[in-house]
Amino acid sequence: MCARLARSGARTSDRRTWTTCQVRHRVSPQAAAHSRMCRPWRSIGQVFGFSTGDLMFRYIVTRLLFSIPVLLAVLTIVFFVVRVLPGDPATAALGDYASREAVEALREQMGLNDPLIVQYVRFLGDLLRGDLGRSLINGLPVRDQIAYALPFTLQLTIVSVVIGIVLGIPLGVYTAIHRNRMPDYVGRVISLTGLSAPAFYLGILLILLFAIQLRIFPAIGAGDPDDLGSLLYHMALPALTLGLVMTASITRLARSAMLNVLRQDYVRTARAKGLSERIVLLRHALRSALVPIVSLTGVWAAGLVGDSVLTEVVFNRPGLGKMMVNAILQRDYTTLQSVMVIYAAFVVAINLLTDILYGVVDPRVQR
Amino acid sequence: MSAVAIEPEAIRERSQSQRVWRAFTRNRAALVGLAMSVIITLMSLAAPWLSQHDPLRQQARYRLDPPSQEYILGRDDFGRDIWSRILYAGRISLLVGVGSVVIGSSIGALIGLLAGYIGGKTEEFLMRSVDVLMAFPSLLLGLTVLAVLGSGVFKMILAIGVVMAPAFARVTHGATLTLKRAEFVTAARTIGASQLRIVGRHVLPNIVGEIVVLASLWTASAIRIEASLSFIGLGVSPPTPTWGNMIRDGTQHLTNAPWLSVFPGLAILLTVLAFNLLGDGLRDVLDPYLQEE
Repeated sequence: MCARLARSGARTSDRRTWTTCQVRHRVSPQAAAHSRMCRPWRSIGQVFGFSTGDLMFRYIVTRLLFSIPVLLAVLTIVFFVVRVLPGDPATAALGDYASREAVEALREQMGLNDPLIVQYVRFLGDLLRGDLGRSLINGLPVRDQIAYALPFTLQLTIVSVVIGIVLGIPLGVYTAIHRNRMPDYVGRVISLTGLSAPAFYLGILLILLFAIQLRIFPAIGAGDPDDLGSLLYHMALPALTLGLVMTASITRLARSAMLNVLRQDYVRTARAKGLSERIVLLRHALRSALVPIVSLTGVWAAGLVGDSVLTEVVFNRPGLGKMMVNAILQRDYTTLQSVMVIYAAFVVAINLLTDILYGVVDPRVQR
Repeated sequence: MSAVAIEPEAIRERSQSQRVWRAFTRNRAALVGLAMSVIITLMSLAAPWLSQHDPLRQQARYRLDPPSQEYILGRDDFGRDIWSRILYAGRISLLVGVGSVVIGSSIGALIGLLAGYIGGKTEEFLMRSVDVLMAFPSLLLGLTVLAVLGSGVFKMILAIGVVMAPAFARVTHGATLTLKRAEFVTAARTIGASQLRIVGRHVLPNIVGEIVVLASLWTASAIRIEASLSFIGLGVSPPTPTWGNMIRDGTQHLTNAPWLSVFPGLAILLTVLAFNLLGDGLRDVLDPYLQEE
């Protein structure tokens, strides 16, 4: 018993075990950034091989390699989940009144009668070749549909992240500076309310105000894809919805990062040597606080996926989320499978990027 | 062991919980959160006494009636009383919120505890699975699980429970790793305490704080996820009212009867806010990292 415990105790110091959980949980983001607070830019220089680039390179490669099995596991889950969904894809494609022979023929043609393992290998092979199959509902290639929907989702996400950063960081910094005074309380209540409101409710309130009362922006649709003005005009409300969700989390993040920095000795030193409060805040404090904020924004962007689905549904806007919800409701399994793969790949990529950024922010993590 | 030996421990425990309680009562946000969640829970439990109208009774003649003296929040497109529907829907939301947290935290904490404590291949396997599950955004994972299980309140609870389990597993795992090396655990092992006793008596009590914080934050998330799933149309099936499907029905009448979706949304907002405030406050009180903030 004791020997075994000793062994498992030894494993505790295993670096691989530690880094993941240490980065993600045991060490608060602020604390992770802490060590690099003084010279964040130097450590970013390290990525490009200025000083201890070797270690960074190895870290990035390790993280990259690690995300491959994660991605594979995710694909496997997607495959099996879609296979155990109630209902038969062939019946779904032909409708409930199709003859048994027709359904059977389609099953054969779709390869649904093959052993599961054969189907699985074919699924992975098709994915590798970029073949996503055809929709069961309208028979169109899923790849084309995704190619149509993806830009809408990406545009929406990017604009909302920008809105979130532009509104969230100043608000967070402002509340941090006025800590425990009126602006702080107001700011905290607002951001917590923003975090508590489901995205679709926020969307509905914005529709009521801007589309129905004031009639400034349209409530549904995405506009003409070739006309930038029309695109932006139609994106205004959805982007504001998602942007406000983002703003709420970035505000909280910026506030706590800023509070953490303001406690540091070098901020006191800067004040002591008589620098103006403005310079202290902007040049000494904010600059360092930006590091954890930027790296964590990646995590929020991944978390935004669920909210972006809801936003697309509320505004009846084309996009991946709308596609996925429709696929579930219509039992369009090939489409569902592909959209889930894209989403999962997207999230794995963001997590990877965040891990790497953490490594940049806190070189201790690299080991 | 004699009573004398137990006494100092009892005193220490009491003062510990007293310390936490005092810190908690000084935290205004946490108190507001607690009060709000208690009031909301009581209101939905007392639904039959707070509303005189049957939430399912349809009166097509009065469809989309605006708020009035008797029907304070108006009526929906089937002429049903929105106020009583909101009250009854609250029961489902709270049931889903609390139920899924109970399921999710038990599964998650068990996995994290086992992984952290056993170590080796088991740990590797369990925590890698957790990583994979974490790669799915929570709403999508919920959607998927629900698509497999079909709709219904208990399936919803299970689906959302599965969604949150990885988060609990990670936190428990991390805490267990730290605690395993703590001196008092080594000491317990040295005096020959059994594995079960070490876990139950020394490790678990020290993680409870973190789990409680996570639990109340996840109750908020669970309620939000439930509303979202119902809103999409995958939740509890009508006519059973839920806040999510009430809003969903209301979106068709946004121009002429906005109260259909505004009030249920307000209910979601207040409830989620209550549990978030509570969770935040608890974290401030219990988490040594954030003690100063």
